[in-house]
Amino acid sequence: MKLAAHTDRIRAAGRKALVPYFTAGYPDDATFLDLLATAADTGCEVVEIGVPFSDPVADGPVIQQTGHAALAAGVTLRRTLELAAAHHATHGTALVIMSYLNPILTMGVDAFADAAAAAGVSGVILPDVPHEESAPLRAPLSRRGLNLVDLVAPTSGAERLEVIAGGSEGFLYLVSLTGVTGSALNTDGGLLEFIADVRRRTTTPCYVGFGVSTPEHARALAPVCDGVVVGSALMRLVRDAAGPDAALGAARRFLTTMNEALNECPEGNAP
Amino acid sequence: MPETPLHRPGRFGPYGGQYVPETVMPCLRELEAAYAAARADPGFEAELQALLCNYSGRPTPLDLAGNLSRDIGTEARIYLKREDLNHTGAHKINNCLGQVLLAVRMGKSRIVAETGAGQHGVATATVCARFGIGCVVYMGQEDMRRQRPNVERMELLGAEVREVTAGSRTLKDATSEAIRDWVTNVADTHYIIGSTVGPHPYPLIVRDFQSVIGREARAQILEHEGRLPTDVVACVGGGSNAAGIFAGFVDDADVRLHGVEAAGSDAGHSLALGLGRPGVLHGSYSYLVQDDDGQVLEAHSIAAGLDYPGVGPEHSYFKDQGRVHYDRVGDADALVAFADLCRLEGIIPALESSHALAYLRRLLAADGPGGDLVVVNLSGRGDKDMHTVMEAAR
Repeated sequence: MKLAAHTDRIRAAGRKALVPYFTAGYPDDATFLDLLATAADTGCEVVEIGVPFSDPVADGPVIQQTGHAALAAGVTLRRTLELAAAHHATHGTALVIMSYLNPILTMGVDAFADAAAAAGVSGVILPDVPHEESAPLRAPLSRRGLNLVDLVAPTSGAERLEVIAGGSEGFLYLVSLTGVTGSALNTDGGLLEFIADVRRRTTTPCYVGFGVSTPEHARALAPVCDGVVVGSALMRLVRDAAGPDAALGAARRFLTTMNEALNECPEGNAP
Repeated sequence: MPETPLHRPGRFGPYGGQYVPETVMPCLRELEAAYAAARADPGFEAELQALLCNYSGRPTPLDLAGNLSRDIGTEARIYLKREDLNHTGAHKINNCLGQVLLAVRMGKSRIVAETGAGQHGVATATVCARFGIGCVVYMGQEDMRRQRPNVERMELLGAEVREVTAGSRTLKDATSEAIRDWVTNVADTHYIIGSTVGPHPYPLIVRDFQSVIGREARAQILEHEGRLPTDVVACVGGGSNAAGIFAGFVDDADVRLHGVEAAGSDAGHSLALGLGRPGVLHGSYSYLVQDDDGQVLEAHSIAAGLDYPGVGPEHSYFKDQGRVHYDRVGDADALVAFADLCRLEGIIPALESSHALAYLRRLLAADGPGGDLVVVNLSGRGDKDMHTVMEAAR
């Protein structure tokens, strides 16, 4: 199912989506699959799976580390899709693959699109593919029923926002800050203004990510967006846990708290 | 600054492009516009020329290396394009002077750069000191160890050198970290990439600023010899010194162009063109040393400035077109060529440039493909490499 079908359904039901990010195969394959199951248990309907890459220029230290560890353990794009398929066999979670471009180019864009669709993946995020370079990717993905998620940033400016937001599908990923993943976020007027500006230009659900790490962030953002992505804060808990059980417990508590914060929005289904 | 006919905006054939996070895309547009405006402004060109002349000491000489020819046992006349005589000791400053002027035009108050051998870091720190702009240089831990004097020079020049401990702790990782800084501070920061790599328009801008090497060398060889060279040789890491000297001769179909990559040792290599296949790293599509899953591999060379798994997109295009012959020289032969030039000509070459020098023995062997008039780009001086050379000798 295309990502758009999931995200439209979530919005129509009046829920705000909490999208957790997990580095594929981290800290090991079994725990990673348990983490995905935990996310589904705690009410996450969309999950982002990060493909480890040797040179993750958009990522901060936490995701650099977890990706590096996964690479060292032998996790590849192919293995990532096998793991995604294993989760998809028993869960209805919408799966979004986040990958830098080179592993996908190496597999071949068409082969990747086939394999991802077969694994039950709904969407793809490519942080090093801006809108200008996206056309050769978007069409093959779309043919297999996959949405390519566009990103917009506070630096994008009106002209780019108009073009990118206007053509977006699945969800539009609003990069909350000028920086890498896991940077300190300030949910102040500037961010809220940026979000409002983007939302005026599209009906696609708008999810905010980069630096979203606390229930306070979730509460502040819930009234103005359709969902939030949490990556570094979650992966830090997993990384720092004493073992797999502790990691699963920490993830469950964090995601439960974040989901409650995100969906206690007093305005209900506004805006 | 003339464009080569091969240039097409944003791409060299299929190579190049802008594979970067959305956050910096507007900044690349801004840079493109600023560069176009600068090129249309005679004042910019005049200011750059004055700096190249009075501050960096251009034009650099084209120097006949007779002893080297005799030692090789060739009749060919070998000229060295003495980029080592630039201020700061390498060709890197040609690009830094151009880019710092662009940064000033764009109103940027802070510069970031990556460095491998430290030559680009030193050149960046130098021009930032001259222009009173804050400067942060990212450098791999391993490179900081083997290029200690350059770290000290950068700090003396007022730059902050930040140690990068990720991955192979060399140029690739320093570049990733510089990009992360740029993504974070893009509003007030200009990223001075040191080679003909990165997203468009960087490979084009760096090539253009380095093309002064080729323009001078072409005019000088005509003055000295009354004809064009048969062969032009340069080392290739990211490829800026090669792109610069090749730019002067690429339209002269009879001049053979040779790019020399670092074959390293048993520990690994930097043969993006020689053994890699096209992929995306640091913003552009180009030949790349990578594994079967598309993970970028750690490069290796005794020359820190060649220790990079990628290569500029224009070189990938030249390779496919067959306009440039790319070859390889390993650590051991580079060290021999280093010692030879010291002994024969009284010039201490950079270990990077030593790869181009080592290739001469094959080019000019009795059964080699070389002609009788060769220009080698001596891209930098080797004082910075004393520690590495002494260590290798032990």
